[in-house]
Amino acid sequence: MAVLASAERARIDLPAIVRKAGFTALITFLLAFPLVGLQTLDQGANALGIRTRFDWVAYAVIVAFLGRLGVAYWSALRASRPSTRGPGSLTRMATAVSRHSMLIGGIGFVFAATFPLMPFSDSYIVDLGTNVLIYVMLGWGLNVVVGLAGLLDLGYVAFYAVGAYSFGLFAQWFGLSFWEALPISGALAAAFGIILGFPVLRLRGDYLAIVTLGFGEIIRIILINWSDVTNGPNGINGIPRPTLFGMPFLNPDAAPEGVVTVSQFLGIQFDALQRVIFLYYVILALALLTNAFTQRLRKLPIGRAWEALREDEIACRALGLNPRNIKLSAFAIGAMLGGFAGSFFATRLSFISPESFTFLESAIVLAIVVLGGMGSQLGVVLAALVLVMLNEFGRWFAGIPLLEDVGRFRMLIFGMAMIAIMIWRPRGLLSHREPSLRLHGKSAVKQKAAA
Amino acid sequence: MSENAPLLEVEHLTMRFGGLVAIGDLSFTARRDEITAIIGPNGAGKTTVFNCLTGFYKPTSGRLTLHHPSGHNFLLERMDGFRIPRQAGVARTFQNIRLFAGMTVLENLVVAQHNILQHASVFSIAGLLGLPRYRHAEAAAVERAKYWLDRVGLTAQADSPAGSLPYGDQRRLEIARAMCIDPTLLCLDEPAAGLNPTESGQLNQLLLSIRAEHKIGVLLIEHDMSVVMNVSDHIVVLDYGRKISDGAPEAVRNDPMVIRAYLGEEETDTLPPEVARDVGMSTAPPPSAGA
Repeated sequence: MAVLASAERARIDLPAIVRKAGFTALITFLLAFPLVGLQTLDQGANALGIRTRFDWVAYAVIVAFLGRLGVAYWSALRASRPSTRGPGSLTRMATAVSRHSMLIGGIGFVFAATFPLMPFSDSYIVDLGTNVLIYVMLGWGLNVVVGLAGLLDLGYVAFYAVGAYSFGLFAQWFGLSFWEALPISGALAAAFGIILGFPVLRLRGDYLAIVTLGFGEIIRIILINWSDVTNGPNGINGIPRPTLFGMPFLNPDAAPEGVVTVSQFLGIQFDALQRVIFLYYVILALALLTNAFTQRLRKLPIGRAWEALREDEIACRALGLNPRNIKLSAFAIGAMLGGFAGSFFATRLSFISPESFTFLESAIVLAIVVLGGMGSQLGVVLAALVLVMLNEFGRWFAGIPLLEDVGRFRMLIFGMAMIAIMIWRPRGLLSHREPSLRLHGKSAVKQKAAA
Repeated sequence: MSENAPLLEVEHLTMRFGGLVAIGDLSFTARRDEITAIIGPNGAGKTTVFNCLTGFYKPTSGRLTLHHPSGHNFLLERMDGFRIPRQAGVARTFQNIRLFAGMTVLENLVVAQHNILQHASVFSIAGLLGLPRYRHAEAAAVERAKYWLDRVGLTAQADSPAGSLPYGDQRRLEIARAMCIDPTLLCLDEPAAGLNPTESGQLNQLLLSIRAEHKIGVLLIEHDMSVVMNVSDHIVVLDYGRKISDGAPEAVRNDPMVIRAYLGEEETDTLPPEVARDVGMSTAPPPSAGA
């Protein structure tokens, strides 16, 4: 055994590992020297001083060197040993999760449906849940474009904005309520999806991503500059709240004459929490509808055509599939779902402005899809939950060092998580493709696995 | 339509890429119920012919007429790429296999029937609602897929990802997928490439049975002469984009033009006079070593 172990160690190229670590340390030094090592100080009266922090630079370089050394040594060690295990633990976990997805989804659904009524739920927690569900819905919508059709879309927020502004503007001009405007915003967003889709039909990969990113910015800049219509950077105020069959969630004392409020109708005490809970259920219903809709589409010819297009466009053409229609339908349906979410966003805050529709939002939604696992519905929920939670760490752990700051560094943490995912599970944390139809049924797979 | 009616007529097909003439004035006819092989050395323009036929290239000039059994005549050079398989029923496979690798074997065969299913699902609405109209169409599509899975012997692997199959199985699956669009003309680009002798024997059987039972025309590009000579009814030989021979396998095999294209020119006994002058040799024949 000892001989074997030493033979294994001999196969690890130690100088190469040290060289790698040294190179990483050099890059860290080059970056950290100006960025960390020199701090500008405002000395008043238009004077600027410089403070040096070379000890910090030294720490950064040492940490980078040791970290790279450790990672390289570990991976060399792994590579030198023949793998005796089958699929890695992450893969097994993803398979297990997907096998029990019905159960996990059911538990998740019951929890999501009952949690606003729990005793511990106050308006802050329910609001947080609403936030998570908005991202879940956006993630599921984007999953159609990115996960199924394989079209990398960096401007998804544009459709979110179209949905929000179409409701805001229709409410302002024509006095439409949320429920009347919802289908219109979806249809308008879908139309914008097709408008974006046409010029990018021939593009794919990086080029497509750049154009969609530009489209997202175009929409935002139009919203800022077309002041006559959109009210520019000031945004749109006083967007109507959603009603329950025409009854508003208002304090009966504040309600206009002749209007029956929900609390009056039900004969209960008015509480501002009721509206928050109602909003939560609206987005829950929208998100579940999105899930059911996209999961059903996946099993239809159009869904299979999306996946076929992702796999091989040339083969699609040779089989008589029209790539143009398939791509446009993916863009339109993804955009429509984003539009619904945007319309909800507008009614929830009752105020929208172009600031809410920056590129960062697109990046977050895309990160949720990629981290969770392309095509995995549960993965999107998990990633959305983690992202929104990280944001709240500062509030939850106020006063506790390190944990308190997590919220401020959440994008950094998310970025590192992305790198880790790309190294260990390039198709996402919970990615596991379930066939859209089977010949032998699921039991055959289990028998095979058991045998 | 008579038994020997032409299915595909290629007339004066020319394809130029800049100054390069990939195909020059090629004319031939492929008939129904026949396997027409297109052979030739590497770079002769065989795959370019396929790409012109299936709409991936627009020919520089020439006419490609497909006489559909329904009585329609399609001018393939004027059609959009995806309409050629959809309307004219020209299916093809690729030299480097192009399956939907992440999807299962069954899904590959069902995607090939997309147009019928999409029509039955009425813009996905009937499909979303699960109307019987769509459910019957899907059941029929699965039936057809099952038939072809049985034919190529892949029924057991129906639910595995297509990319995980062995190479020979992937070749057969690609043929099955092309047959699922219910073609009138099947174009196979080197189906035997990379197959071992047993597998290419199975391929011969498959091609012969497709011709016998489905009454369609098959165009075949192939280097494996055991396949070409055993199954073809008619062979077209290309060299540098021009047709050098055309006829039954026996005739083509003995055609001196073909032998020259494949094996090279026989050594001539005498040098051309100007060369002989240049090298300052006499016109006497050089000592030939067993020529």
